[in-house]
Amino acid sequence: MNIVNFTPVTATLGGILIGLAVVVFFLFNGRLVGISGIAANALTEKNNRFDNILFLLGLVIGPILYSLFTKNEINITISNSFILLIIAGLLVGIGTRISGGCTSGHGISGIGRFSLRSIVATITFMIVGILTVLIKNFI
Amino acid sequence: MNKLVSLVAGIIFGIGLVISEMINPEKVLGFLNLFGNWDPSLAFVMIGALVVSSPLFHLIKKKEKPIFAENFNYSNNKNINNRLIIGSVLFGAGWGLVGLCPGPAISSIALLNIHSIIFIVAMFFGFYLVKLINFDNKNA
Repeated sequence: MNIVNFTPVTATLGGILIGLAVVVFFLFNGRLVGISGIAANALTEKNNRFDNILFLLGLVIGPILYSLFTKNEINITISNSFILLIIAGLLVGIGTRISGGCTSGHGISGIGRFSLRSIVATITFMIVGILTVLIKNFI
Repeated sequence: MNKLVSLVAGIIFGIGLVISEMINPEKVLGFLNLFGNWDPSLAFVMIGALVVSSPLFHLIKKKEKPIFAENFNYSNNKNINNRLIIGSVLFGAGWGLVGLCPGPAISSIALLNIHSIIFIVAMFFGFYLVKLINFDNKNA
C-alpha cells in the first residue's frame, strides 16, 4: 500500500459541510438524508415528492454556486465504457433499494445514529467495493 | 419553509461533495484501491460528517418535533437480513466498478458529463425495477 493524493483538510471540511446538511434536514424537516432513498422516492412516490426533487436540485446547484463564487473549475474523470456505466448504474440503483441505503443513508445518517444495520451495510459495501477495484486491477 | 430547507440542505451537501472532491469518481476509486495506491480522503469525509451529525442527531431526537414538520420521520428498521447484505454487495460492486454512488452522481449533473448521465439513467432504472418487483410482492 502506497498513500497517494491524500487531501485530509479539504476532505474533512467537505465532510463537515455534508454533516451540516444532514443535520439541517433532520432539525427542520425531521428527515434523515439518504440520497438513494430521496432519488428513488422522487421517482416512484407521491409523498414528499416536491421536497425530494428540491433536495436533488440543490445537489446540482451546489457545484454550480461553488464554481461561480470561487471561480474554480470542477474536474471529474470517468474513463469507463458506456456498457460498464450502465451495468454499474443498475447495480447501484438495484442494490441501494434492496439494502435501503447508500453511502449517505447508511454511511452517514445510519452510522451517525449508531444503527447496527447501517454499520453492517457500510462495512459490506466498502469491502465489496475494495474487492471490485482489486479484481479490476488484475484484469 | 420546509421546501426551502430541502433545497438549501441539498445545496450544502452538493458543495460538500465538491470541496471534499467526492464528486470525482477517481477520488473515490483511490479510496477503494486499498491494496494499491491508496487515497484515504474518503474516510476523512465520513469522519468530518459524523463528528458533526452524530452528536447533533442525538440532541435533536430529544426534541418533541422538528421545526418545520409535524414529526420525525425516519426508518427504525433494525433488521440485519439477506436483503441488507445482498443489496449492499450489489451496491458495492457497482460503486467499485466506476466510483460513483447516488449523491456524487446526481451532483455531477452540474458538469454535464455524458458518462455520469448514462450512469444516472441506469441507476434510476434500477430504482424503478426494485419498486416494480416490490409492488408485485405486495399484491401477490
